[in-house]
Amino acid sequence: MAMQILFDGVTADYQLGPIRSPRVLKSINLEVKPGSFTAIIGHTGSGKSSLLKAMNGLLIPSEGYVEVGNTIIKSSNNKRALKTVRKQVGMVFQFPESQLFGETVEQDICFGPLNFGVPLSQAKEIAKEVVQQVGLDPTILSKSPFSLSGGQKRRVAIAGILAMNPKVLVLDEPGAGLDPVGKKEILNLISSWHHERGLTTLLVTHDMDDVATYAENVIVMENGRIVMHDDKRSVFSNEQQLINWHVDVPDARRFQLKIEQEMGIKFGQVCLTTEELTEALIEVGLV
Amino acid sequence: MNKLILGRYFPGESWMHHLDPRSKLLAAAYFILVIFLANNWQTYLLLWVFTIFVLYSSNVSFSVYLRGVRPLLWLILFTVFLQVLFTGGGVIYLEWGPITISEFGLLNGAYIFCRFVMIILISTAVTLTTKPIDLTDGINALLRPLRKLKVPVDELSLMLSISLRFVPNLLDETQKVMDAQRARGTEFGAGSLLQQMKTLVPIFLPLFASSLNRAEDMANVMEVRGYQSGEKRSTFRQLSWGIRDTASLLIMLLLTISMIWLRTETTGY
Repeated sequence: MAMQILFDGVTADYQLGPIRSPRVLKSINLEVKPGSFTAIIGHTGSGKSSLLKAMNGLLIPSEGYVEVGNTIIKSSNNKRALKTVRKQVGMVFQFPESQLFGETVEQDICFGPLNFGVPLSQAKEIAKEVVQQVGLDPTILSKSPFSLSGGQKRRVAIAGILAMNPKVLVLDEPGAGLDPVGKKEILNLISSWHHERGLTTLLVTHDMDDVATYAENVIVMENGRIVMHDDKRSVFSNEQQLINWHVDVPDARRFQLKIEQEMGIKFGQVCLTTEELTEALIEVGLV
Repeated sequence: MNKLILGRYFPGESWMHHLDPRSKLLAAAYFILVIFLANNWQTYLLLWVFTIFVLYSSNVSFSVYLRGVRPLLWLILFTVFLQVLFTGGGVIYLEWGPITISEFGLLNGAYIFCRFVMIILISTAVTLTTKPIDLTDGINALLRPLRKLKVPVDELSLMLSISLRFVPNLLDETQKVMDAQRARGTEFGAGSLLQQMKTLVPIFLPLFASSLNRAEDMANVMEVRGYQSGEKRSTFRQLSWGIRDTASLLIMLLLTISMIWLRTETTGY
């Protein structure tokens, strides 16, 4: 069953040594619908990663609360609530391969499930299953994660999260630093996992074409606040405002705007992918 | 993880900030020697006045210094208690087996406490007001005479500056890996000692792996850019000794003379 995520007046900051850093999240109100696929976009340092951490209890609100499913995270939380949340929310960090530590790939993938009380034999079965789901050969299970290639490591790291069988999946740029093909494969994998298992998925990305392809809704963040949370088409329809937020538009949409400007016409809809744009062009009789 | 004050640099424009790292290091090392001249409350008072004067002139808030002392507080208190409990002499307030609480013990405990805190405060003052890179340049310059004894001074200071350079990266990375393992259900600081030690493996292994990778990258980059050990090297940043530096060493001398004078005035030796 998919889970809802709710933020109510969440303000949070990091305690960084002697200096308390300025607020990274400022009175955030947010409702993520169960089963939705949401992309989080925004300028560097706008608070995207912090928003994800707040969903996993890694960043505790100083004001307000976060509700994941039936569990509430707030400043006066006990550890059990955090553990419940972390079991339900699988978080894939940026460059997740840097968290690999197991002697074997199997051991690493089993780490999460074992922490959440899954028996060893069952965890091993899960490992075997997810490793194939992420497109790796089961023989890799007995290898050392340090001997793998970059793309393989990334897949193993993601498999380690999927093995926890989370209800909510939050990902911080899962495709960063991979080649275009590898990146596309990873995102396709996440997308199909999302649909098959009916997860609630949140994805931080800088690539607007990924947003156009995979997401349904978009959250735009700017300076620790959510400045827009809407259907992706509505978000990308207002390109003037996006420029103010230092946010790009998908390639197809940029091309559409250019054509509209040059030809002095207006298409019926906001095109986000090449296919949509082609159809719109045929519709107005330009192709 | 982020509470470590020692080794951090606070940018600023104070008198302390503008001192040459060599004079700061010399003065700090010398101060530690001078501390051992103190043997009664008058001399300790003078040292405290001097320490507070130094902290004040660094223009960094006192709370930062206190935070620098805090992580070492237990170590200090432990030493102080050993002193208090096992030093005899003077009026004895309590005696229980080998443990005695005496006048001299309490006094010695207080003195040791002062010594520890002052040494930490002064060395923190130096590191807070000196860029790590200047610090290593200063150490390099001060160790230069050892070259005659075939000590690889340049290599040592290069190692030091590289390690200092990567401390913040390592701290960031530790935080990141800890967060990642927390997200996978690790609970730090829970369970038995053995369980707690086991939770460290998933942190240290990735850190070791990435540090080794980084070291290799670093070595390659340095080699590509023509670095060779043992060559005579010029420096980009030149250290310059100014009037301030001479003045601060003179202040140190003045402090020594006053200490010796106070000592002889009050105790006679």
